[in-house]
Amino acid sequence: MLAMNYRGPGRVRAEEKPMPEILHPEDCIVKVLRSCICGSDLHLYNGNVPDTRVGTTFGHEFVGEVVELGSEVHKLKLGDKVLVPFNIACGKCSFCRQGLYGNCHESNPEATAVGGIFGYSHTAGGYDGGQAEYVRVPYANFGPTIIPEGMDLDDAVLLTDVVPTGYQAAEMGGIQPGDTVVIFGAGPIGIMAAKCSWLFGAGRVIVIDQNEFRLEFVKNYAKCESYNFKSIEDPVQFIKQTTDWLGADVCIDAVGAEAAGSAMQTITGRKTLLQAGSATALFWAINSVKKGGIVSIVGVYGPTGNLVPIGNVLNKGITIRANQASVKRLLPKLIDHVQKGTIKPKELITHRMPLRNVSDAYRIFSDKLDNCIKPILIPPTAKE
Amino acid sequence: MEKILKEQPNIKDWGIDADPENDPTYPMKPNRTDEEQNGYTWERPALQKPTVEILKSTERPNLTAVFGTTLPPKGLSGMIRRNAYKKSEGQFSHWLPLLIADRVDVIEGIIDDLSKGKIPNIYAEIGFKAMWKYNRKAAIARIAAHVAVASAIGLVLFRGRIFNDEKLIKKALKNI
Ligand SMILES: [Zn+2]
Ligand SMILES: [Zn+2]
Repeated sequence: MLAMNYRGPGRVRAEEKPMPEILHPEDCIVKVLRSCICGSDLHLYNGNVPDTRVGTTFGHEFVGEVVELGSEVHKLKLGDKVLVPFNIACGKCSFCRQGLYGNCHESNPEATAVGGIFGYSHTAGGYDGGQAEYVRVPYANFGPTIIPEGMDLDDAVLLTDVVPTGYQAAEMGGIQPGDTVVIFGAGPIGIMAAKCSWLFGAGRVIVIDQNEFRLEFVKNYAKCESYNFKSIEDPVQFIKQTTDWLGADVCIDAVGAEAAGSAMQTITGRKTLLQAGSATALFWAINSVKKGGIVSIVGVYGPTGNLVPIGNVLNKGITIRANQASVKRLLPKLIDHVQKGTIKPKELITHRMPLRNVSDAYRIFSDKLDNCIKPILIPPTAKE
Repeated sequence: MEKILKEQPNIKDWGIDADPENDPTYPMKPNRTDEEQNGYTWERPALQKPTVEILKSTERPNLTAVFGTTLPPKGLSGMIRRNAYKKSEGQFSHWLPLLIADRVDVIEGIIDDLSKGKIPNIYAEIGFKAMWKYNRKAAIARIAAHVAVASAIGLVLFRGRIFNDEKLIKKALKNI
């Protein structure tokens, strides 16, 4: 089968690979119909996530058709069209039983901090991902969710990560009616977080980024304010000024390790890997939030450590809430929101490319070329 | 609430998920079950049988019930990884060797390609076509950087060749 294949920082290609096999009675094999490239794939693409082995297939956002079932899978049948949450969760361990499906303790032997994630290095369990024609899906009785009749596959594929992560970013902000919410990053997650902030009753939603086309997009899509930090001398000062000099009630970091905007963070975080990615967005979030305010982190960082003003977290009495989105927990509500038209995820998709062109797709998305917001890959076996 | 609602923004579905209980100014845990207080006691799923070498965090007693079996550690990068997994996730001596192993793996990947008679098309792999189409300036800079590196390597090899090649040295000496 054809699959994306990581060869080293900035180098990927599409290549033939053996078909995945059932390795556990609760596994199923899914024939991929759509898969996305995610902003967090760029941390892998740039070689910033430890234990990303050459030959790995990335891809944790995919939908497809069930083509093979393990002996103990009872909740799916062959031919079912499913959307597969990016977290691999057993549904039985104490973390899963608390709804912390991103923190399952039975899916990742290589690290205890995070549960298994499809195509996200051996630090997240060593699973191959969905940027391929077929993929092995463990815990098929629990994770995969049947796509409701009539739902567009393009909407469905964004329910595997983008919509739940953006929603949970806003949810973790504990937004109260009237709150001012500042979101750092106008990528797909930041755009979705802006959209969802209104659902929680935000009074004002502000997005900060450096790409004009993304700022324009989020302004129209989420009906919020958006500002380019390159034309603002000091984003923290700017936010203080525009919030009666007190700061935002809630700040959301929707960027993570690839952040631009601070030379010091870029050099130590992205160029020399002295810290686990560039923490510029988080730095700004902590410094822009109101005293007693909430910082919600959904941007992904590596496991080592980052330079953030933790002294200000203490002095300002900030609450930090963060997690990988618990997709399965949020799906019932979010499927409903998509079906009612409250959230229209597929409008974020700007590029559709054949899986064969995966090298160009990564370059376009990584360098934000051709006004790219969200690219999806179509495997040759999936008919449009 | 009343006052705020009077100035409610004109946004479709505004506030439909507002939850006044979800106010984490003090850290809180919704739906607290204290499941984890019971320790490592849940009924485990069926256990996948390891068919290849799986490296395991020292911070857990066993393999998880399922795991990926892709790309077991091999070669020099594998040796570095095995050693890294002897340290806990809290230590730099776990993560930094893994990053080094990743870089070694890149070289091993190229050797592996060559041994299969495949010369990796690095320009295709970096998405040069897209770069050329949408960002000509970056594409040209990339070529310039590659030419510089290639000439430096060429120079080293060429000089090495002169001083290592006895015939060439003898020929050169004769001409003096
Ligand atoms: Zn993602
Ligand atoms: Zn679990």
